[in-house]
Amino acid sequence: MKGIQEIIKERILVLDGAMGTMIQKHTLTEEDFRKGWFENHHKSLKGNNDLLSLTRPEIIEDIHRQYFEAGADIAETNTFSGTTVAQADYDLQDAVYDINFHSAQIARKVADEFTAMNPDKPRFVAGAMGPTNRTASISPNVSDPGFRGITFDELVVAYSQQAEALMDGGVDILLVETVFDTLNAKAALFAIDTLFEKRGVSIPIMVSGTITDQSGRTLTGQTTDAFLISVSHIPLLSVGLNCALGASMMRPYLQILNHQAPFGVSAHPNAGLPNEFGQYEETPELMAVQIKTFLEEGMVNIIGGCCGTTPAHIKAIADLAANYSPRNLPA
Amino acid sequence: MFALRRLKISKKMIEKKELPPLKLSGLEPLIVTKESNFINIGERTNVTGSRAFLRMIKENDYEKALSVALEQVQGGAQIIDVNLDEGMIDGVEAMVKFLNLMASEPDISRIPVMIDSSRWEIIEAGLKCIQGKGIVNSISLKEGEQEFIDRAKKIKRYGAATVVMAFDEDGQADSYERRIEICERSYRILVDVVKFPPQDIIFDPNIFPVATGMDEHNNNSLDFFRATKWIRENLPGAHVSGGVSNVSFSFRGNDKVREAMHSVFLYHGIKNGMDMGIVNPSMLGIYDDIDPILLEHVEDVILNRRDDATERLLELAETVKGDGTKKVIDLSWREGTVQERLSHALVKGIVEFIEEDTEECRKLYPRPIEVIEGPLMDGMGIVGDLFGSGKMFLPQVVKSARVMKKAVAVLLPFIELEKSGASASAGKVLLATVKGDVHDIGKNIVGVVLGCNNYEIIDLGVMISADKIIKTAIEENVDIIGVSGLITPSLDEMVYVAQEMERAGMTIPLMIGGATTSRVHTAVKVEQHYTKGPVIHVLDASRSVTVVESLLGHKRDEFVENIQAEYLKLREYHEKHKTAKVLLSLEKARENKFPIEWRAEDIQKPNFLGVKSYVNYPLEKLVENLDWTPFFQTWELHGKYPDILTDEVVGEQATAVFADAQEMLKKIVDEKWLEARAAFGLFPANSIGDDIEIYNPENPSEVIGIQRSLRQQTSKAKSASNMALADFIAPKETGIQDYIGGFVVTAGIGLEERVQVFEKDNDVYNSIMLKALGDRLAEAFAEHLHQLIRKEHWGYAPNEDLTNNELIKEKYRGIRPAPGYPACPDHTEKEILFELLNATELSGVSLTESLAMYPTAAVSGWYFAHPDSKYFGLGKITMEQVEDLAKRKGKPVDEMARWLGSVIH
Repeated sequence: MKGIQEIIKERILVLDGAMGTMIQKHTLTEEDFRKGWFENHHKSLKGNNDLLSLTRPEIIEDIHRQYFEAGADIAETNTFSGTTVAQADYDLQDAVYDINFHSAQIARKVADEFTAMNPDKPRFVAGAMGPTNRTASISPNVSDPGFRGITFDELVVAYSQQAEALMDGGVDILLVETVFDTLNAKAALFAIDTLFEKRGVSIPIMVSGTITDQSGRTLTGQTTDAFLISVSHIPLLSVGLNCALGASMMRPYLQILNHQAPFGVSAHPNAGLPNEFGQYEETPELMAVQIKTFLEEGMVNIIGGCCGTTPAHIKAIADLAANYSPRNLPA
Repeated sequence: MFALRRLKISKKMIEKKELPPLKLSGLEPLIVTKESNFINIGERTNVTGSRAFLRMIKENDYEKALSVALEQVQGGAQIIDVNLDEGMIDGVEAMVKFLNLMASEPDISRIPVMIDSSRWEIIEAGLKCIQGKGIVNSISLKEGEQEFIDRAKKIKRYGAATVVMAFDEDGQADSYERRIEICERSYRILVDVVKFPPQDIIFDPNIFPVATGMDEHNNNSLDFFRATKWIRENLPGAHVSGGVSNVSFSFRGNDKVREAMHSVFLYHGIKNGMDMGIVNPSMLGIYDDIDPILLEHVEDVILNRRDDATERLLELAETVKGDGTKKVIDLSWREGTVQERLSHALVKGIVEFIEEDTEECRKLYPRPIEVIEGPLMDGMGIVGDLFGSGKMFLPQVVKSARVMKKAVAVLLPFIELEKSGASASAGKVLLATVKGDVHDIGKNIVGVVLGCNNYEIIDLGVMISADKIIKTAIEENVDIIGVSGLITPSLDEMVYVAQEMERAGMTIPLMIGGATTSRVHTAVKVEQHYTKGPVIHVLDASRSVTVVESLLGHKRDEFVENIQAEYLKLREYHEKHKTAKVLLSLEKARENKFPIEWRAEDIQKPNFLGVKSYVNYPLEKLVENLDWTPFFQTWELHGKYPDILTDEVVGEQATAVFADAQEMLKKIVDEKWLEARAAFGLFPANSIGDDIEIYNPENPSEVIGIQRSLRQQTSKAKSASNMALADFIAPKETGIQDYIGGFVVTAGIGLEERVQVFEKDNDVYNSIMLKALGDRLAEAFAEHLHQLIRKEHWGYAPNEDLTNNELIKEKYRGIRPAPGYPACPDHTEKEILFELLNATELSGVSLTESLAMYPTAAVSGWYFAHPDSKYFGLGKITMEQVEDLAKRKGKPVDEMARWLGSVIH
């Protein structure tokens, strides 16, 4: 069977859509987040979506299935907040290994099922590694700009644990995503590169940054091209953008990556911008129209959806992507 | 043998393949291509090279140290070298601290960093602080191959480029042969073993002093140049750099000679392929500007052209002592004519000389008014043009206005004396904040901007009744009336102003502005009441000039017709849209209330019940809770803090205003300009339907007040509820005792007096600045107090630990909706809130007739603590609910309809 490194040269790969949006469709209670694992935990756990891989695995499994059915080639594991840093809010640092390992296993199982049904379209699992809720480049304290809420070393430890558990759980790819602070991402890459050396195995890495607004910069102030330069020291499967913006607003920054990236280029935009009630309203049709321009210009190798996207969005995107060739990869 | 040669050829051929350029980054990229000229690396942030910098670091004066860094960037450095190697300094700690501080200054951190140390642990600590791709300075074979490999691998993993010193186990390379031998060996290890990208390697083949008096040093520069050339030709991709000031070491104290030596060295270095260098840009002359005699002597030394070169240069040096290129504040503009100086001062916002210049100018003109009409107005014209074309930003314009006002103040007594009285203004505009409203920052900005454009402004101030506006407009024969307001009841007062203008038979234009106003509101609610003149919504101060110009210009009719056609379309659209929106009956909406499963364990009894207050609350505690983004909005600088500081368009201005704000903030805190007070209370409470009964803490059966909440009526998708604040309080029938809180905070005690001081001094800039900071401090106080409530007074989240950013994003449990804002747009709820808290007496905040709070730097609201409570927007409601509310409150329906005008469907 062909590996993803070959397939990415042949066709545009489709990444799945939002996990949180799909989880929200279920009316879940505190109990759903505790079941069988954290019954007596002293903190409220509702909203800690990563835990559902343990407490309600059938929900997560079903979401993966829906996205694969919609035509996704790659599923992201339900591990966006699966670091000790992010789980510290819930005092659940100890659950990090289980979250990542089991999340990876769930996605692995569904992916293998689909691959078995249609070996011509192998399905892959990307271990999602979120930005954590802390930033290594900005002080949380206005009056002490030299202070940092987290250090590089602390992030390296946290990301190493996550990456290790994801790899144990059988992911094909590691996806460092929603990068709002490049220093956090560099810590993740440092951890991954060290881990690869330790295990003597390496798997493809994807990095996806977040341009916060029309200033064209990350939250910590880097321009898109500076961001690209800052993560190019590790060989990547792809570099891309996700979250914060809808497809049409993301376009100019994606174009920068298209022109300059020595790797594949990925995009998983939001379904537009949230309305005043925080809901994403862009329909699959509307989103597909905007993404079509990416495809026509051959700007991407991997395309998918972030906040607010659903299997219907992914289906619209996948149907479209099948008609276009991928961006030419640099030799 | 044959095979080996072939291998060599093919290797060379592979390497001939075009390598990518060296790419570095700070917040912005720096790409070193063949075409990029020499890259200069700022060297002053180096304790080994600058005594002044060393002192700053030793004395922990990092602020000053940062300004050295900033000066380097502004002086043209493209990379900044940071070296903190000194025996008495904890190098790791200092490096981390300095790099972190640099990261917080976007003007500095936009360029890449060179982490310079002879100690690996300092380098590694530095690499963990930079988000961009920087450079390590340096590694070498000094400690052997293994260590060299280990470090290079680490550097690659951290994502940096590296400087490699021409140094090996046997020592530093001091000849051409040793230089190329070590550099080649280093290169092969890096490229073949470590797989280090060749373009990320920067060799430093050692710049040594010349003219030291020792013969073996005479060839030092030449050897460097030859080695540079060899490296560039034989080690593909690699770059060459070096510390340039080393070369002139023996001429310390003679900056003029040193500068010439640096220029000459660089000139030849660059010719030989040196493409980067650590230099002090302010100690670098231009090669062509060097005195020919000095140039010849220096070149003799650098290029080792004659045996007596050193003696000859030493001799000459005695005669050319000088300070070199000393940096001074540029006062050359003072040499222009007085008119040019006035214009310069206005455009640059320099107050320093304005009074003497104006006085000088006055003597040149027959009449003082001509100074205003001539040079001053010309200067303001330039300001207006620059502002209009987006080349100047509001804070600068306001500074220009301050200069203008000062100049006019000088002239005014003479004009009075002359009693000329004639005005040459382009038109008269009356501005007022409407009755019941006290918010005037935006209105003041409009006044300044219009004033800069030669309009005469009559500013009536705040809380101005329609009568007074109309009476003054007629008496003063103004050309335009502009009304402004922030709170929602002001919208209705503006409608009233329009009606009264109609009644008075006026025809002059009415401009509507202020944060809650909108084009739609003006089109739908205001315009039809004033038929004889145009009504125009002005989005922000920058548009005001265009609007006023159009209204008073010869194309007025066309402009007005266009606006009216546009508003008509908006009205029609609104009408159509309105009928399409489905609202539920009140009964149906109540059936779909927000479901909470009431459990006693979700409710925490507050640690105290009743009312408390703070006076003289320490302002320094509020500073860290400041949310800066809205502050910039006040200045019409749009973008999120801190990104806005580096924004391509407004970044520079935002940074400047931010610096001024910090300075004033310090004064506000240190000199106690403002006083912060708060009144807050926590009470037992239960909900009954949409009402919240609030009980006497001493006697929970006594109702001491009722919060009447409004319920959403828009038709919802399934699983979404029609919320009312009452849904977050346990219903009485559950038998569970619940609680509610309320607060009024202000940071505006003393603000008015200060503002008057500024206004008396014609200092609009600082007056706006102070008001804006007052508002921010009040908001910060609300945030801060809410935290105290959660952690202590109510105590339901004693272990909460959130950053300011998380606070701004409301990541805590519980909410504090404010009467007059989306969840409870009913301003009349402030009456009961203030009464419960005895707020006017305890906090010094009073309510105006429109129920705006005074001082304006104030925030009030309710506290809800249930874990499921959340903010929502009420949206539109039906008259049915208005009638129901009026009945519940015992108020006339039409009065409630007036208060709720903007939310009624």
